[in-house]
Amino acid sequence: MTDMSQPGTAAPSGKNRSSLLAADARTKRRNASERRFRLMGLIAVSIGVLALVGLLTSILGNGLSSFRQTYIALDVYLDPAKLDKSGTRDIEKIKKVTTFGYKPLIEKALVAAIEKAGVDDQGLSGKKIGAMISPEAPATLRNYVIANPDKIGETIPFDLLAGGRIDGFFKGRVTMESAALDRNTSPEQLRLAEALRDKGIVVTRFNWAFFTSPDASDTRPEAAGLGVALLGSAYMMLVVLVLALPIGVAASIYLEEFARQNWLTDLIEVNISNLAAVPSIVFGILGLAAFINFAGLPQSAPIVGGLVLTLMTLPTIIIATRAALKAVPPSIRDAALGVGASKMQTVFHHVLPLAMPGILTGTIIGLAQALGESAPLLLIGMVAFVREYPGAPPEGFFDPASALPVQVYNWTTRGDPAFVERASGAIIVLLAFLLMMNIIAIILRRRFERRW
Amino acid sequence: MSVSVLITIVLGLAAIGYVLARRRALAVVDGDSRKLHSRTGYYGQFVFLMTAVPALLVMLVWLFVQPVLIESRIGGMIPESAFPEGGELTLVMSDVRRISNGLDAIEATGQGAAAALDATATDVRAEMAAVGVALGSDVSPEVLSAAQSYRKMQHTGAFWLSIVALATALAFLVGSLSRIRADQRARNISENFVLALLIGASLVAIATTLGIVLSLVFETYHFFQLYPWQDFFFSLTWNPQFRGGSDLGFIPLIWGTLYVSFVALIVAVPVGLMIAIYLAEYAGPKLRSVAKPAIEVLAGIPTIVYGLFALITVGPFLRDWIAQPMGLGDSSSSVLTAGLVMGIMLIPFVSSLSDDIINAVPQSMRDGSYGLGATQSETIKQVVLPAALPGVVGAILLAASRAIGETMIVVMGAGAAAKLSLNPLEAMTTVTVKIVSQLTGDTEFASPETLVAFALGLTLFTFTLALNVLALFIVRKYREQYE
Repeated sequence: MTDMSQPGTAAPSGKNRSSLLAADARTKRRNASERRFRLMGLIAVSIGVLALVGLLTSILGNGLSSFRQTYIALDVYLDPAKLDKSGTRDIEKIKKVTTFGYKPLIEKALVAAIEKAGVDDQGLSGKKIGAMISPEAPATLRNYVIANPDKIGETIPFDLLAGGRIDGFFKGRVTMESAALDRNTSPEQLRLAEALRDKGIVVTRFNWAFFTSPDASDTRPEAAGLGVALLGSAYMMLVVLVLALPIGVAASIYLEEFARQNWLTDLIEVNISNLAAVPSIVFGILGLAAFINFAGLPQSAPIVGGLVLTLMTLPTIIIATRAALKAVPPSIRDAALGVGASKMQTVFHHVLPLAMPGILTGTIIGLAQALGESAPLLLIGMVAFVREYPGAPPEGFFDPASALPVQVYNWTTRGDPAFVERASGAIIVLLAFLLMMNIIAIILRRRFERRW
Repeated sequence: MSVSVLITIVLGLAAIGYVLARRRALAVVDGDSRKLHSRTGYYGQFVFLMTAVPALLVMLVWLFVQPVLIESRIGGMIPESAFPEGGELTLVMSDVRRISNGLDAIEATGQGAAAALDATATDVRAEMAAVGVALGSDVSPEVLSAAQSYRKMQHTGAFWLSIVALATALAFLVGSLSRIRADQRARNISENFVLALLIGASLVAIATTLGIVLSLVFETYHFFQLYPWQDFFFSLTWNPQFRGGSDLGFIPLIWGTLYVSFVALIVAVPVGLMIAIYLAEYAGPKLRSVAKPAIEVLAGIPTIVYGLFALITVGPFLRDWIAQPMGLGDSSSSVLTAGLVMGIMLIPFVSSLSDDIINAVPQSMRDGSYGLGATQSETIKQVVLPAALPGVVGAILLAASRAIGETMIVVMGAGAAAKLSLNPLEAMTTVTVKIVSQLTGDTEFASPETLVAFALGLTLFTFTLALNVLALFIVRKYREQYE
């Protein structure tokens, strides 16, 4: 019997009284707990999004400045008395002059430029003024002279790298206060650099060299670039693509279309799912033991890196390919078999083309994963300091090279804070590549993937 | 002839075989292709595969066997007396290889015949330095002659490799061409061939696992011959010395690993789980369309980026605002730094796995709960989560296995000092960090200091494998089956 059927009875009195309109304490408690739970969820989501924002701002904030670089525009007189004492323009003799022979020329040119521009030299000695230019500059000059020995005796305009501290000053990393404590620079040098910038002798512009020049030693962060690392990464991606795509697709076709349910198939399946979860560093150990120690391939070579990354990305590609093959409806196979195609013809002529967008999407995602991977590459020696560009393929696959993520790691281990900027800049390049690859994958999926 | 040229030639031969086979198949039936068992392309494919695959296999096997054979023969040539002080055969062999490369370089410059070099007469080390090959010590006559015969054997090997590979390719080309008949079942043969290739490709997965296990077990066995296993497993100090006599106890490392992983899971599990719940049960389509991709982007970011984040942002922040004011430490790399950042890395991992599982709980169960008067959060806590529990536990175990195997974040964020401490703001080190530090740089595979990395790797591999298997087992055993 309900209350409704007994209109005569009065509303329950005392503490049992409750109303649908006024919430009682227990309902309030439950509703409050509901709100708390909801808030916790919202907080968790914002933590996730904030972490992403924080990560990206930290990297962008530290790294964007590496895409700009400070140069000093100088007219350098290539003094024959210094560079070619014999006067014979003999290239072998010119090569004997080391970078130390070029340094005074640059120093002199800068002092002359300061005088010509009528800038107060802040009472700095010639040597201190010369220290504003990167130690890389004499090498630039020497390479130019060796390439063009006939220019000796002429005055040639050069854009030379400014020193790391000067560069850092224009980017806000170095301040007058920090310079006062720094052995490598002084506030006077910074003030001079500021004055020179107003005269247009010191310019900050886009840093192409960051993408093309090789790594540089600890003392000259301003000259360090990503050239070798980019090339090494490109070589490795080529190896991964050439090996992982065919092997992965072949394995998936077998497992998805031909394999019978038996112990071998089970073993392969278990292996693939396990390999997908093995820590990447273990693949590095495998590469070191199998490819370098046992097979005798050279250390730091893109071919070894490519092989290791191939083994690492195979599970990803196989899983994606199998999903794509599974998504092709059986009616397609039945139709092909029905008109007399063999099983192999059915797969290669009909199923595979229809699954191709899914396979390519999976492959690109696998490649992106391989591009960002660094731990296994540390073990096979890619972390070495490499200044020489690897040669053209296929021999270049065996030359020492670096890789993009490993170059980042390498730079973070250096002492000079300018390398942190470089590392963050390299990360931005890496992330840009990854973004591009993922966008391509999304476009492929959107444009070509069919829903059955 | 270099290997790449050889491969090109073999593939070229195979391509010629394809064309010839098609022609020959047509010629056999006087141009009437209807009389053939298969379409002409299959005869071509058959000959192509028969030409290329055996020759390439021969090359592959040869390239693996040749170095082993040559090294063992050269190794026998070098007398014990030629070993440098305290040196090993492996050291001498790497010298031999380097000298042999140097001899090639000398030959290439065209000055003086490499074979005529005499260790007693000329300064080999200087000659080598001139062509850019740096040697650690002076070259003894035995080593030089070993290097010379090494080089000679390699050249002979390369020569015979070309001969054998080309002969194989040609023999199979001619053989398969001559077998072409009108009633030959070319399609079936080439399809079986392709099937064999497909099977071979899927065996790569097994080979990889085998390679990992073998290389780890083999080198670990070497390590335990040089270093007592009791000390490895039970010693409380990790202190490698490159002069020998080091303590290689793995307990401090595993402690650091577990500590960092624990902090990471403390961060990742609640946040990831709540994100999954909120996005699956509460969030409107607008928030979901923003938040879900953002979280997934976190999963696509390489770990080196997280490592850099730990190094330049999180580490200094924790040091300046928490560790130093509280007097708990003054190092920017610490367990907390690495753990926090790794936790962020694991958030999308936990959330996307849990998301799938929560979505798999049928709506009827929620409706039943609502019908009984439960609020949404009560439904989630008392109905959805218990139903999803096995899957969530599986996800957490997988995340734990990720955390234990993670390398770059701990290399850049956790520090390098092996310590047994409870203070999360102190720098500690992990198994992966030590694998990296013991194996980078010059690696000679004879000292326990290097080989210990393989024992650590085996430990890591076993640990993560056990966690993965456990996760799979829990999911399979306790999964609720609906419908």
